Amino acid sequence: MKRQIPVILVGMFGLFMIFQYFVPHESSEWVYEFLLDWTIIIGIFAMALGLWSLYRVSVEKIKTRKPAWGYNYLTLCGLFTMMFFGFTTQNGEAWGWFFPFLVSANLVLVLMIQASVNKGGRGLFLGLAGVFLVACVVIIVFDNTWGFHFETAQGLQSTMFRAFFDHILIPIFATMFSLLAFFIASAAYRAFRARNVMATLLLLAALIVMLRFHPFYGPLTPYIAPFMSKTSNWLMNVPNLAAQRAIIIGVGLGIVATALKVILGIERGYMGKG
Amino acid sequence: MDIFEKLMRLDRRWVFLFLIVVCVLTYAFDFEIPVLVEPEVEAIFDFVDTLPAGSVVMIPIDYDPGSLAELHPMTYAIVEQCWRKEIKLIFSALSQNSPGMADQAIRDISDSLKVEKEYNGVVYPPREIVNGVDYCFLGYKPYPAIIILSMGQNFRLPFPLDYYGTPLDSLPMMRNIQNYDDVACVIDISGTNSTDYWISYGQGRYGFPLAIGVTGVSTAQYYPFYGSGQIFGIMGGMLGAAQYEQLADNPGLAKDGMRVQWSAHMVIILFIILGNVGYFVSRYRARREERR
Amino acid sequence: MDFSTFLWTTFAAFLTLATYSFLYKDNPFYKIAEHIVTGVAAGYFAILLWHNGLVPKLWFQRLDDGDWWTLWLNSSKPWYLIPALLGVLMWTRFSKNYQWISRWPMALYIGISAGIAVPLEMSNRVNKQLYDTMADLDWANFLGQGRFFFLDTASGLSQLLIVIGVVAALIYFFFSKAHTGVFGATAKLGIWTLMIGFGASFGFTVMARISLFINRMQFLGGWGAEAFNASGTTPNENYTAWFQLFFWLMVLLVVGYATREIIIHVRGKAKSS
Repeated sequence: MKRQIPVILVGMFGLFMIFQYFVPHESSEWVYEFLLDWTIIIGIFAMALGLWSLYRVSVEKIKTRKPAWGYNYLTLCGLFTMMFFGFTTQNGEAWGWFFPFLVSANLVLVLMIQASVNKGGRGLFLGLAGVFLVACVVIIVFDNTWGFHFETAQGLQSTMFRAFFDHILIPIFATMFSLLAFFIASAAYRAFRARNVMATLLLLAALIVMLRFHPFYGPLTPYIAPFMSKTSNWLMNVPNLAAQRAIIIGVGLGIVATALKVILGIERGYMGKG
Repeated sequence: MDIFEKLMRLDRRWVFLFLIVVCVLTYAFDFEIPVLVEPEVEAIFDFVDTLPAGSVVMIPIDYDPGSLAELHPMTYAIVEQCWRKEIKLIFSALSQNSPGMADQAIRDISDSLKVEKEYNGVVYPPREIVNGVDYCFLGYKPYPAIIILSMGQNFRLPFPLDYYGTPLDSLPMMRNIQNYDDVACVIDISGTNSTDYWISYGQGRYGFPLAIGVTGVSTAQYYPFYGSGQIFGIMGGMLGAAQYEQLADNPGLAKDGMRVQWSAHMVIILFIILGNVGYFVSRYRARREERR
Repeated sequence: MDFSTFLWTTFAAFLTLATYSFLYKDNPFYKIAEHIVTGVAAGYFAILLWHNGLVPKLWFQRLDDGDWWTLWLNSSKPWYLIPALLGVLMWTRFSKNYQWISRWPMALYIGISAGIAVPLEMSNRVNKQLYDTMADLDWANFLGQGRFFFLDTASGLSQLLIVIGVVAALIYFFFSKAHTGVFGATAKLGIWTLMIGFGASFGFTVMARISLFINRMQFLGGWGAEAFNASGTTPNENYTAWFQLFFWLMVLLVVGYATREIIIHVRGKAKSS
């Protein structure tokens, strides 16, 4: 029951999808669309698992006082704040009491978490949380400048939601990835040595690709620059194409073999233990 | 310790600092590096350029902020070219943070279309870009492979509502559009492995013309698909974007960055040479020691 | 640039520099940026799943019958309840005793993904690549045309080189036979081809990484031009009290941290000597 049903389900749906590709009859198309639709819905719930585990991991770090645990409050506040922005919209020009509400709501959530992880002083945290909760409710009831919208996607166009994405998420992620520029420079200095024929070929190919910009070769520029560009283009379209094609064919066969093993129930790693 | 050993044991932070100084200096001096256009990029430009006004192009925006440097310029150049030529666009976003990137691009490019501009000698009047008329932004759903397949049946199957929550049927431009058959081409701009899915599951199953704009890291691995005709064009990294900007006569961030790119490459080549000189000198010395 | 945008951009510039401080060493500024972005990204994704996922897929019918409290139950698609239930079953993963239930929806998903992969990956990654490799050689244009004819990618010679390269590289991947003799020599040619491919990838990777840094530099440069009014002569309208407060607070924080680090460094040196 615990292991057989999943194997049967995988086999059944897998074989149907293969069958459907070769027999695109109207009725098989109907089932095909149905299954795709179902998978999308299941996928949405599955993705939400990740969010829940991020929340759990953060709270766990605070609870066990891991090194630098305090920063996890920033993660949680970022999460709550972004969610508030996504569900709220301005009704007019002014934000009214929205920001005091935001701060209190964040405080309520943080204090509740603190109360749940702290051994002593629970009453104090809960009491404070209660006070801020009352403040939140009062603001929601009496402030009409903004409102909650759960069922329409207005929050996605809210100013603050966009501002947080454009000015917090984009710069930090873009910068984090750009740190790699420095590590690759350091790697170029330390690791890329022409030890043998293979390493020399690798280095030469890399140099040709890197040199194909239209650089300054003095008076020889009009002769050398097009030659470099043409060489790198040939390199990409002939030897590189051959190498990558061999890899693609290999990977393709690997994917097909693994998929068949999964469908036939030989590979069951996806089920985990138990 | 002689100079070679010192060079070999240099703290990597000095390497970082050197790279920063060179890049900032090159950025401060404003000079232009001419860009030589490659046929892979020209194919995409020519395809879009010859489309009649009113055709529909699909632009999946599948990249996160991490690859914005390379892929945002491509999006800006292509989308602006399409909208100036009154081509309608369908956007989708199949990566976690890409809807925000698409949203930002749509806002920015709509703004820049409000002024009159000249491209390759043709003057285009200012235009107001309207959601549902000039473009439709489908939004996000998880699992690219499944979404790409289901869009081939009907865009309404995975996306009954667009990103902004409007039903697709109530958008004027989407009324006669069912699936990929009604789209002139798909230009996937992607920093994730969704490009593979667009090739295998999209183009492979539904046979529409597909071109890709990818990050430099993955450019090389898509050339076999270009060779076999499964995709009709590749733009690779910032250089690809700069080439497109050059063709579209719309210089942007990619072309502006080319001079820094050039100098940084020279620095890295210098590092490789230095590293190798040090390596060969120390190897020669070690062998001499052995002989003694 | 209006004031609020400018304030936001200043904050973004601060976060950018905070992230770059990691190049020197791990520090509180980097940690702050890192933790904020994790939370914000998760919050963004939650909203996205809600507005772009759950609402259109499960509450869509509300728009037809105007009654969203009953969700999809009285709508024209009541069977949507089944995948929704299956989706909820995914959540049993967090329970030790009922974890096995989550295998059912997962089995459905894995079965479907594997099923669609088999024919499509085979035809698009394997067959079509093989067809193109086996295409007729262009004998009429064997040596190529143009100024650099030997670099003509469409010439018969280039096509022949592709065929040889692909076959040799595939032979290198074939481990069931020892790489000796003619087979070994071909495999060696194969790995040389692969190395050229990896070299090209590496060249592109360098380009990619550098361009990420260039973009950040362009951003900081743009912000600097705005903040220090490098482009014009008129006093910058953005220098309001709020900006000053924000800016100097950030400067104070950075200077404070740097001083602390220097003191610790100096003390450490004094101790060791």
